[in-house]
Amino acid sequence: MKKLFVGILCLVMMISFAGTSAAAQTAGRYALIVKSAGNPYNENEMKGFAKAIKEIGGTAILKAPAEPTAEAQIMMIEQLIAQRVDAIAIAGNDPDALQPALTKAMKRGIKVLSLDSAVNPQSRMVHVNQADSEKIGRSLIQGIYEMIGGEGQIAILSATSQAANQNTWIEWMKKELKKEKYNKVELVKVAYGDDLRDKSVSETEALLKSYPNLRGIIAPTTVGIAAAGKVLSDKELKGKVELTGLGLPSEMAEYITNGICDWMYLWNPIDIGYLAGYTAHALVNGEITGKVGDTFTAGDLGKKEVIAVGGGTEIMLGAPFKFDAGNIDEWKEVY
Amino acid sequence: MAENKSKTVLNRGSVQKIRELGLLGFIVILSVFIQCRNPSFLTAENLNDLITNTAILSLLSVGMMMVIITRGIDLSIGATLALSGMITAMTVRSHPALSPFLALLLGTTIGLLCGIVIGFLVAKTSILPIIATLGMMNVFRGMTFLISGGRWVSAHQMSSSFKHIATGSIFGVNHLILIAIITYLIFYYFINHTRTGRKIYAVGSNPQSARISGINVDRTLWLVYAIMGALTGLSGVLWVSKFASAQSNTAMGYEMNVIAACVVGGVSIAGGTGKVSGLLSGVLLLGILNNALPLLNVSPFWQDAIQGGIILLAVIVGALVRRNTDKKNLIGREE
Repeated sequence: MKKLFVGILCLVMMISFAGTSAAAQTAGRYALIVKSAGNPYNENEMKGFAKAIKEIGGTAILKAPAEPTAEAQIMMIEQLIAQRVDAIAIAGNDPDALQPALTKAMKRGIKVLSLDSAVNPQSRMVHVNQADSEKIGRSLIQGIYEMIGGEGQIAILSATSQAANQNTWIEWMKKELKKEKYNKVELVKVAYGDDLRDKSVSETEALLKSYPNLRGIIAPTTVGIAAAGKVLSDKELKGKVELTGLGLPSEMAEYITNGICDWMYLWNPIDIGYLAGYTAHALVNGEITGKVGDTFTAGDLGKKEVIAVGGGTEIMLGAPFKFDAGNIDEWKEVY
Repeated sequence: MAENKSKTVLNRGSVQKIRELGLLGFIVILSVFIQCRNPSFLTAENLNDLITNTAILSLLSVGMMMVIITRGIDLSIGATLALSGMITAMTVRSHPALSPFLALLLGTTIGLLCGIVIGFLVAKTSILPIIATLGMMNVFRGMTFLISGGRWVSAHQMSSSFKHIATGSIFGVNHLILIAIITYLIFYYFINHTRTGRKIYAVGSNPQSARISGINVDRTLWLVYAIMGALTGLSGVLWVSKFASAQSNTAMGYEMNVIAACVVGGVSIAGGTGKVSGLLSGVLLLGILNNALPLLNVSPFWQDAIQGGIILLAVIVGALVRRNTDKKNLIGREE
């Protein structure tokens, strides 16, 4: 039942996004596997990827598992290997679990890259990073510091406790907090709302009660920041507890407009998909191999360079984009 | 001797009562423990939050109790909730002037239709409830994905009168709590004091004799699933209004919380037993867990395990109490 459903979903997406490029078989077939279906963020990644592949003149194969699990992605990778695609771009649901399937794909000559959520360096040739993790972590702390006026207790409301990207950002937030400037800022708790509405609401309410002097909340996840925005709006805590983080503009428009959240950050998922599309193309035609120092031109995004991060190589999209009352109205309709 | 007999012989009613008292005692001890760890637990604000956050769970539990009493189970309610919530939210998005009452009616009707389909499968085609609802769970979830196109409906796209459904209050009591109280009063009367309500128990404790004694078993089953659907549809509107966001993966897996609340509340999966008063304490325990675990500052890795452990403990205590009293009853009869 589930397989059938995923199949139908993929079919629908392929028709809607890639229907036009079916004729250009010769220019290569590029596959994208996102984290899960039914999330506007992932839909936009697919949209950007399809756009890039269309510009190249190739065929885009877009896949989205019904549930955000590594198992579902492994099955899709196996299918793509059987179909002999030229490249697989994947937003991993697990950094390590996909390694056997992805190395198998690379052995068969398929170019493998990850985007958004990285798989481990052994399972990929290069990773397309949405934004510099360090910049995200540091910008969030600088933002909340400015909002709370330089002193007070703050808390973090994250997704799940195992989420790789959130945990990296939180690490950078903690590093930024060590600076002398933040002597009067105290991080009291990292709470986990598991990206569930009801749990994120309960966690936010618990933060407010356990720490009556709380001055700010940083939520680096879209469900979390919107849930926190809703709680702060309902409890009329505007000006008492500040909120920032990473969230979808459409979800946050309400709370940015009503002043609960002065500003927040996010990158553009369309651009991540777009950059991944061009990276896949550059790998396939041999322009880059995923080594440090490789450069290529990524369509409208201009020249990009491969850099070393951790044990692997990455391509950076850029600094996170800031959304505030001034620009939210034009972005809330986009994604 | 006669005096001794009257002490030891306990009828089924008092078994249930002892069980409920045991659970209530457990809840009191748990509350005292939580209060010692975090004094903000037993404050008016937190109790209000606790009950408001538990209202939707309580609505779903009444429906699920009736389903389980007939020896059935409904796994599709999370998906039905998402479907009715999504369609209602999309309607509100395109018709902002829609009256909140009509929105509630629309959601309830959608849920009712879903319930009627499931009721048909279970009652008329004799598919096992667990299979029928598992299948329909995927169908409804898929429909939600397709109808919404993977996009969410966000807070800024909902009218304030719609969001007011869940945030508003009459005489200081939140609408959600009022709706839950009214629902419980209606179903308390329905289950205990109407002929149709009693038929549900008859069908659950022995379908064969129910059929022989002239009860229309099929119609009773159909009715039970239809009511479950209607309550789920109503909950879908309340959920979307409360969190001011409709996602296609809303309430995924939420059916397990509802089933847990029923089981803790003394509703036997074997069918035939279960009371509204017992159910209330089960719902209360789950509500307390969801509210208090974030307050206790336990590691997120432990939260789920602790929640599962406490649920298991409550069920074991219930089972022991029942076995003990059953044994005493048996001894009483032998004497």
